[in-house]
Amino acid sequence: MSDNYNSEIIISKSLSTMIENKKVGIGNQGKKIRSDIYIEIELTSSGGINLDLTSKVDIMFGKSNRALISDILSFYNIENANLLIIDKGALPLVIAARMEAAIHKLIDSDKEYLLPIIEANKSITKKDQMRFSRLYLPGNTPSMMLNAGIHNPNGIILDLEDAVAHDKKYEARFLVRNALRGINFYGAERMVRINQIPLGLQDLDFIIAHNVNLILVPKCESADQIKQVNKRIDELKTTHGIKEQIWLMPIIESALGIVKAYEIATAADNISSIAIGLEDYTADIGTLRTDDGDESFFARSMVVNACRAAGIQPIDSVFSDVSDMEALARNVRKSKSLGFDGMGCIHPRQIDVIHKNFAPEEKEITKAKKIYIAFMEAKKKGLGVISLGTKMIDAPVVKRAENTLNTAIDLGIISKDWMEKV
Amino acid sequence: MSKQDIKLVKNAAGRMVPEEINGEKQIPYQGVGKYIPEGRRFAPKLSSCANFPQDGNKTVKDLKEALIKSGLKDGMTISTHHHFRNGDLIANQIFDIAHELGIKDLRWYPSASFPCHEPLIKYLKDGTINRIEGSMNGALGKFASEGGMAGVGVLRSHGGRYQAVQDGEVQIDIAVIAAPTADAFGNANGVNGTAASGLLGFALADSQYADKVIVVTDNMVPFPCIPWQIHGNYVDYTVKVDIVGDPEKIISGTTNITKSPDRLLIAEKTAQFCEATEIIHDGFSYQAGAGGTSLSIGIYFEEILRRNNWKARFIRAGSNKYPVKMLEDGIVDYILDGQTFDLEGIRSMRENANHVDTSPFTSYNYHSKGNFASMIDIAVLGATEVDVNFNANVVTHSDGYLLHGIGGWQNCLFGKTVILPIPLFRDRIPVIIDKVTTLCGPGELIDVIVTERGVAVNPLRKDLIEKAKKAGFKLKTIEQLKAEAEEICGIPEKPELEDKVIAVIKWVDGTVIDSVRKVKTK
Repeated sequence: MSDNYNSEIIISKSLSTMIENKKVGIGNQGKKIRSDIYIEIELTSSGGINLDLTSKVDIMFGKSNRALISDILSFYNIENANLLIIDKGALPLVIAARMEAAIHKLIDSDKEYLLPIIEANKSITKKDQMRFSRLYLPGNTPSMMLNAGIHNPNGIILDLEDAVAHDKKYEARFLVRNALRGINFYGAERMVRINQIPLGLQDLDFIIAHNVNLILVPKCESADQIKQVNKRIDELKTTHGIKEQIWLMPIIESALGIVKAYEIATAADNISSIAIGLEDYTADIGTLRTDDGDESFFARSMVVNACRAAGIQPIDSVFSDVSDMEALARNVRKSKSLGFDGMGCIHPRQIDVIHKNFAPEEKEITKAKKIYIAFMEAKKKGLGVISLGTKMIDAPVVKRAENTLNTAIDLGIISKDWMEKV
Repeated sequence: MSKQDIKLVKNAAGRMVPEEINGEKQIPYQGVGKYIPEGRRFAPKLSSCANFPQDGNKTVKDLKEALIKSGLKDGMTISTHHHFRNGDLIANQIFDIAHELGIKDLRWYPSASFPCHEPLIKYLKDGTINRIEGSMNGALGKFASEGGMAGVGVLRSHGGRYQAVQDGEVQIDIAVIAAPTADAFGNANGVNGTAASGLLGFALADSQYADKVIVVTDNMVPFPCIPWQIHGNYVDYTVKVDIVGDPEKIISGTTNITKSPDRLLIAEKTAQFCEATEIIHDGFSYQAGAGGTSLSIGIYFEEILRRNNWKARFIRAGSNKYPVKMLEDGIVDYILDGQTFDLEGIRSMRENANHVDTSPFTSYNYHSKGNFASMIDIAVLGATEVDVNFNANVVTHSDGYLLHGIGGWQNCLFGKTVILPIPLFRDRIPVIIDKVTTLCGPGELIDVIVTERGVAVNPLRKDLIEKAKKAGFKLKTIEQLKAEAEEICGIPEKPELEDKVIAVIKWVDGTVIDSVRKVKTK
């Protein structure tokens, strides 16, 4: 696998410096493709621009699409080219991403053709914000991105790694960049899973300046990988004058990574959480993943422990059977009982099940309320020791109760002023 | 382009419609419930048993002989029905025969057309068929939209089709009823036979009012064919063929709810809205189609009924395994079935007395002493476009092309609460726009638009808005939804249409609610 990644680097390097090809095809085509566009460009030396555009929305958007395409061509000073374009109802930000990827494969240019950032995508996130669910979206599939936010995941992940075929990784970067700027995810934290380091370092060029909130670093096995990522992030932040914090969520997917969990968790201040990837991990330890998950008990506990020791969030793996919501619910409850704060999802219908089962249960909330009230009363009375009934309560218990209550408030299970109603 | 000689007038919905089409005078739409017809129903010619075999055997050699004996000639109106959906094998044969006999200028009056009827384009071109009065989809829709048909098409709802026949607006010369099972006398049903499709309700008007009636089947049983959904007493000739329809294309072995997360979300929101506003309750009734979203709304409704220990009184539906299961589990008392979509639906109709076959007469006919459609508590329908005044389009695409029939859609608008669960945009095409390309249903009858990005209630339904507010169910205005769609998709250009009217849309009372124009081709 890493051989392929290396060859990918070499290919993209050669493309960005010296162009040999004169004709490229970018984007997806086929009967089932929706909201995407396939663009083939051949640079010519004379004859002007010849545009062969087939579009299923030509009657409604033909004029504006042609104007956009010609604007991008002139932005890159392309005066002679043959273009074959098959449009399946792509939004302008998709058309622009595909055009730009094609052009960058043909000519050597540092220029970026950027459409405006929408207001909603200027939001920033907190280190410890709720991350019950994060929805994976293949980084080269526009149709899956457009409506991702309406399902209300805590985060969306534009995936440049495993969900993108090797020959599509280059064009996916442009699409992911434009999605970060232009697709409204309705308040979900905007995450990107970059490729494995070192290839992933190049991905950063396409996302850091475009309001990404969090970066997932896959197959993480050392603090050094995190340092490399942060070094590149810092360079790019300086270049683009970016002040906002960008969080990291390393994904541990190997036996070695598990052993180094604490080292990774404490590698940098901007690590908000660590996720575990069980498909690769179980393969690495030479076993199969089961629904019960006995084989990964150690690894999951290691991650939880490392994260708690480092004061960050432990996040569980995805559950891959999208049709079995009962099994998912069991899996989430198990995950919560092991100490995880969230998990990944690969289908929007999983989000609700994950939220419901990670949410504090009624008896948890009742208990937390009692503890919190006892704490407040003890504080009022100036008591050093807090007790509930015959039990002594210490600080971490109070902290956990407070967390439970805050989560319940965030989820709308209890109101903000619950204390006043007691 | 050539201007039509026919004068257009503005109807009560502000749409320009022809006063006359195909040589027949038209009444422009006057508003909901405004046009009250006068006179009497149309009556077919009298018949005498003296002219029919006493042994009841009306079988003739083949369809050709039946058509010749029925007096097939130029300019006639031939009707067929869509119980076999895309598996219909008979309609094309009728026109093959007509063509072979050199007959011209026929009016085809199907209850709906399907992609399997694409071969008829050649007969529209050579003049065998003058026009289609029925839905025009796919290739037929494209052909008609580009001005290929000699006559002007007419699109009617299922109820409007019954009304047009009953009122004598359309006089059928020969009705050909393809039936899964029949006897030689002409009694027929849809529940038995290899081409079983459920019921034959769409052929009811034709059997009652056509001058000549031919029943075609591949499953000829000895008299009596029970149940007799079509009465042989109306039938002139019966024909036995080898295969009447392609079973695989008639019915699906199994119906499945949508897997699309976006559609499921719309379905879920629809059900949540119904619960929040209390329009779903013990003893309620609803109409739901067999499309992916409607089907899943049924599942959410079922969940609400079970949770509250409620029962629905009836479901009016294109039936399938989901309502059937509800019927068998005792969560609903009756299924009033308009058309059956899977094998479970057919089985249930055959076995269960509470699974009742209905017809456009009982459910939809507007020139009647009431119909079932207006008694339904919740009607869940689709649309290709909705405008800011809640007017909706179901027949054309935003590019101006005909792509769907009206079906029972217009008739169901009379339900107590009409909900359109629709995506805010399809690919890049906004569904909520300024003004619908073709008006099929007036906004005053459309109550709720449910999209994946929010729910809008017609301001006329103050009661629903109040209840939603009280329940804390967040609403958006339709203008907000439209703005949201345009923010994502951009503002679409309007299709360029020519003056020529290629089809008209009838309202449930036979008046003309809108015209469909020829699409400009390059």
